[in-house]
Amino acid sequence: MEQTEQLKLVFLNDVHVALGAKMVPFAGYSMPVLYTNLIQEHLAVRNSVGVFDVSHMGEFVVKGERATEFLQYVTSNDVAALYDGKVQYSCLPNDKGGIVDDLLIYRRSENEYFVVVNASNIEKDWNWMQSHNTFDVEMQNISDGISLFAVQGPKGVATMQKLTDLDLGSMEYYTFKEGTVAGIENVLIATTGYTGAGGMEVYVKNEDAKTMWDAIFAAGAEFGIVPVGLGARDTLRTEMGYCLYGNDIDDTTSPIEAGLGWITKFNKEFVNSAFHKQIKENGPTKKLVAFEMVDRGIPRQHYEIMDATGNIIGEVTSGTQSPSLNKGIGLGYVAKEFSKLGTEIYINIRNKYLKAQVVKLPFLK
Amino acid sequence: MNFPAELRYTKEHEWIKVDGDVAIVGITDFAQGELGDIVYVEIETVGQTLAENDIFGTVEAVKTVSDLFLPIAGEILEVNQTVIDSPETINSDAYGEGWLVKIKPSNLADVEALMDVDTYKQHIGL
Repeated sequence: MEQTEQLKLVFLNDVHVALGAKMVPFAGYSMPVLYTNLIQEHLAVRNSVGVFDVSHMGEFVVKGERATEFLQYVTSNDVAALYDGKVQYSCLPNDKGGIVDDLLIYRRSENEYFVVVNASNIEKDWNWMQSHNTFDVEMQNISDGISLFAVQGPKGVATMQKLTDLDLGSMEYYTFKEGTVAGIENVLIATTGYTGAGGMEVYVKNEDAKTMWDAIFAAGAEFGIVPVGLGARDTLRTEMGYCLYGNDIDDTTSPIEAGLGWITKFNKEFVNSAFHKQIKENGPTKKLVAFEMVDRGIPRQHYEIMDATGNIIGEVTSGTQSPSLNKGIGLGYVAKEFSKLGTEIYINIRNKYLKAQVVKLPFLK
Repeated sequence: MNFPAELRYTKEHEWIKVDGDVAIVGITDFAQGELGDIVYVEIETVGQTLAENDIFGTVEAVKTVSDLFLPIAGEILEVNQTVIDSPETINSDAYGEGWLVKIKPSNLADVEALMDVDTYKQHIGL
């Protein structure tokens, strides 16, 4: 990658700037981190509906007679469990015991999938998948032509339903439909998201992005819809304990250690599967745990996790004050013996060892 | 944004107000706006005599941690319990109810070397 690389802009960059968003560099893009107030944006999503422009995300089309076989090999989850219109969370294991990226796989047909990856990893994922493409699968990177809006919150489905004849209310979690939405043809609309608040994600071509954005805000006006920045996206996903690539999982973490055993299926062979199977069978030596602060304090990424006698037992990978719970919450890797629910651990916050407790996810029940 | 003329300001976005032989210190309206929702204040330096620019505490917004720097040398006399209990007071009233500490300046005249309101406004590009 070039050192002097300019930040990329999402297609509706000017819209966010005009809304007064604070724009920050994220994953090579200039992204809206905040529009007005993080806690208000967070609570709008929890209580009603908010919209994220997450068009920085990457999208690949994977096509071919052996597309299923290919994805079975490069991803950890069981692609055979998908059916047309079903979405699956999965990851791309590397050959060194870690994770290349986490991703969503949408099955359009037996021979065609739509794969959504993290913006920061588009090139890495593309190269990785291509290097394992011994299945004559055709891949297309359509990331630069697609805008993605996450319409999240308990009023997210009702907002989108006003814009389409597709029956959205009957859709199960992690499914999608394609059809006309807001007068735009061939829109992909899914009951997915990264907030745990319910709602939908909508994929449109860039040329239709402004029409869709405006239609969503008009439809959601009665619910008090607001634009939401990446700041609240992070606090929302942390409250659910969803992993963020680069924080909680990376090139060195096993999905088994990360609590992603549920997307790591050993009824098939995949890249490095024997290694992860062994970790599962022997039990991982460290585990990603969720913890809540008992003492007053806010855990942050890279803070040390200690035991009662002051030994370092791990590190915080994500941490924040929870706007919904009004307390410090975090995720972090600890040695296995400290991973049991209820275990008291200590977070080193500015050289004070503040008490925390290992809890069950999600933080927000 | 509001910047009272009777205050002095620092590069680190603290304000200071002299009140007899005591001075009151807080963070500016600009600082609270940049931080966003302040959710935690930690000041455990009461009774300590600190030098100019020493860290006397920490404020945390949801996503950020920011140190607090003492504008002039002095002894920390008192912490505003209101901001410990309700950190958001700093967002709503940075120069009033949201003050942080009272100090006994080592040399009251040190205040004169700090920025006046016009210089501070220039400093933040207003």
